[in-house]
Amino acid sequence: MARSYVSTNLNGTETDFLCEPRQSLLEVLRDELGLTGTKEGCNNGNCGACSVMLNGRIVNSCCVLAVETQDATVTTIEGVAQGDQLHPLQQAFLNEAALQCGICTPGFIMASKALLEREPNADEHRIRHWLAGNLCRCTGYDKIVKAVLSAEQMQGVK
Amino acid sequence: MTTEEKIEYKVIGTRPIRPDGVEKVTGKAQYGADIRLPGMIYGRVLRSPHAHARILSIDTSAAEAHPGVLAVLTAKDLPAAEDKMEELGESAINVKEVSDNILASTKALYRGHAVAAVAAANAHVAEEALALIKVEYEVLPPVLDVRDAMREDAPLLNEERHTKSMGGKLSEKPSNIAQFTQFSGGDIEAAFAEADVVVEHEFNTSMVHQGYIEPQVSTSSWNADGTITIWTSTQGAFAVRSLVAEVLRQPISNIRVVPMEIGGGFGGKLPIYLDPVAALLSKKSGKPVKIAMSRTDVFEGTGPTSGTSIRVKMAAKGDKITAVQANLAYEAGAYPGSSVGAGAMCMLSPYSVENFQIDAYDVVVNKPKTAAYRAPGAPAAAFASESMIDELAKKQGIDPLAFRRANSSEAGTRMVTGVPFPRIGAVETTEAAINSAHYKSPIEGPNRGRGVASGFWFNAGMQSSVVAAVNSDGTINLIEGSTDIGGTRASLAMQLAETLGVKYESIRPSVVDTDSIGHNDVTGGSRTTFASGMAVFEAGMDIRRQMITRAAKLWSCSEDDVVYEDGGLRCKVDSTKELTFKEMAAQQPRTGGPIVGKGSLVARGAGSAFATHIVDVEVDPETGKVEILRYTAVQDVGTAIHPAYVEGQIQGGVVQGIGWALNEEYFYNDEGTMVNSSFLDYRMPTALDVPMIDTILVEVPNPGHPYGVRGVGEVPIVPPLAAIANAIADATGHRFTTLPMSPRRVVEELNGLS
Repeated sequence: MARSYVSTNLNGTETDFLCEPRQSLLEVLRDELGLTGTKEGCNNGNCGACSVMLNGRIVNSCCVLAVETQDATVTTIEGVAQGDQLHPLQQAFLNEAALQCGICTPGFIMASKALLEREPNADEHRIRHWLAGNLCRCTGYDKIVKAVLSAEQMQGVK
Repeated sequence: MTTEEKIEYKVIGTRPIRPDGVEKVTGKAQYGADIRLPGMIYGRVLRSPHAHARILSIDTSAAEAHPGVLAVLTAKDLPAAEDKMEELGESAINVKEVSDNILASTKALYRGHAVAAVAAANAHVAEEALALIKVEYEVLPPVLDVRDAMREDAPLLNEERHTKSMGGKLSEKPSNIAQFTQFSGGDIEAAFAEADVVVEHEFNTSMVHQGYIEPQVSTSSWNADGTITIWTSTQGAFAVRSLVAEVLRQPISNIRVVPMEIGGGFGGKLPIYLDPVAALLSKKSGKPVKIAMSRTDVFEGTGPTSGTSIRVKMAAKGDKITAVQANLAYEAGAYPGSSVGAGAMCMLSPYSVENFQIDAYDVVVNKPKTAAYRAPGAPAAAFASESMIDELAKKQGIDPLAFRRANSSEAGTRMVTGVPFPRIGAVETTEAAINSAHYKSPIEGPNRGRGVASGFWFNAGMQSSVVAAVNSDGTINLIEGSTDIGGTRASLAMQLAETLGVKYESIRPSVVDTDSIGHNDVTGGSRTTFASGMAVFEAGMDIRRQMITRAAKLWSCSEDDVVYEDGGLRCKVDSTKELTFKEMAAQQPRTGGPIVGKGSLVARGAGSAFATHIVDVEVDPETGKVEILRYTAVQDVGTAIHPAYVEGQIQGGVVQGIGWALNEEYFYNDEGTMVNSSFLDYRMPTALDVPMIDTILVEVPNPGHPYGVRGVGEVPIVPPLAAIANAIADATGHRFTTLPMSPRRVVEELNGLS
């Protein structure tokens, strides 16, 4: 199948790649660009494990075609920490034991980051509502919600 | 909360950050699907569209000719498997049936049963090739309901299967009932006759899935020298190795299994599905092959837990449960081996009941072969028994927790198997629930109700093996073989730090491949922190002994005069002679070479787990939606090594139980097709569906473990089904006996429509 040339800003770096038109952004991130931090749980938009930021919006990368990202800005979990400096959400997930198996964690961190950038003081109900597109089967969500609340505090004192 | 004299620990009971945490929050951790090998190609599996069909022929020629296809596989490529049982620690499975489940030979026994596989340049080409494989089926009537399957005139899945009863006796006629087991004691007839009150109901549950977020995935390389390497997502790398060795008829030492990080399992990643297929595709193509399941493959082609039908008759006199008669029928799926035995053994374990008869039937149906799911067998059994206990308490006018307390098991109480309990925390757990702020709070408002239920799980011990190597700077590499599925690197490193009196941060735990450590049984049965923890303790004591020997030599004194304490050594007879752990570590080259501690054992004395849950609900009578208002889970956890991960196990188990109670089910049409095989339609709880899950950790140390550890992971899923049913009964006055209590069922039953 003919491959298309795509140029996009990925985690702050101008990046170009070739892909088949049928390949999703998730597939290209993982299989072509080696960014395996974005996870596949269902490949049809129901679990949120593949959440990335696309032009400032949180999306399921399994439901975006890679060719759609021409001239776009994409942020994945690999672009969240600044060097050795973890993002407050990443630190909060560690502190609060908000992960068990960890497969959903990149998606939750991306989705939570998108929320806190809009609403830095979101309350518990708002956090639960916002994160309802991300499935976690290990934690029962309790410690994830607490981690997001804790990250809000950490950001507040920054 | 403490119930016995508390031992002061330095590391145990703290909440350090897990060693693998940073890799996981930054997306760097390598899970099963993340591996990429040079020259790697991709496999896909063709699955039966029929629930029950004879396979007449398979024509793979068009697929083989498709550009980009490098290998095609059917059951004919599998070596003939031996008809024998393979021990997997907690359970045993028939190798021939494992092989037949991996690629169907003569019959497809469920929709989703694998019949062929393709390896190609990429997954899209492999998918295209699947469509070119022509399978000729003779479609047979499917058997989908457990009670229907038990009828004498039911279509048979296997004409050669007879019911095995106790003592190995086989039934005369072939049957879908694979096994019948009975537990009995006392005189139920007399007890029923003398009772104040007798209640009786039938309870039904559907198959539900573990719902791990990471689909099964396996990558395999059949190497030029005939050895096989497998990178996979599994709860037990050594179990994968044993099973693949059996299925492919290879010596165990020829197979190396590399456990990748695992994205959830809950029992569902104990069986093997893809590993031998990827290996054989690799052999045929000469390239490493990766196969990942789609979400639909996971629902249709891997093992959920049994759907069940349970009839219970229960009697009380005063505040005592005097007799129980139960009949449990569990769906095993396509091959024998449901969790009905465990269900039968668990259902009465929280209580002391003298007169009982429990009949248990393991029944094959045209659905996927069931797998373990967190306390396998126990939740459905507890749904039935704990609902009935609530009815008895109500009829006797006794508070439901007081009634449970009055019947509680304690040390010496015999389980239905006749085995007496050692020191357990059943009474303490129930009393902590009675005294909790939640239970003392009022529950008010229309359509609101409160429910309670208790649960039991055995917990397992089994084999563990670890080594700990002391480095010259005093740091330690802890090498272990137990899959870390939710924080066990931390809980094991903490136990080693406690044993040696060193800092948690100085220990680097690694989960290694099957060539690099002795055999470890699966991460299952809530055993890893307990059993591998015991092995870690032994390894730590081994290091201490070696250091004492060396210090005695250095100091020219008797070993009896050397004391190891507070992470260092001192001489009892000469106070000038002291070495810190770090100083001793630096002395290794001059005192005999590397110090390596070893712990390798069969862990006995797994302390059983008890839990009591309290839940408040509000039922919307118009929509049928059940809202969880408040939830408190009380559990005897022995000693909480890392309390945050103990709480996490409880909270996760509870929410899985909430999903099971309210929404989750395998929904089949008459042809035996699961019609909700996506996360959209198989509705697991989201963050919005649940409140915070409060936990109360009761610590009754397990006398069978050096630090009092009890397994904690499984029992939390046992009480929620019944607790929520009891809360809904309290809110509405209606007793639900079929799960899930979904909005549709609630509306229908409350309006008398079903």
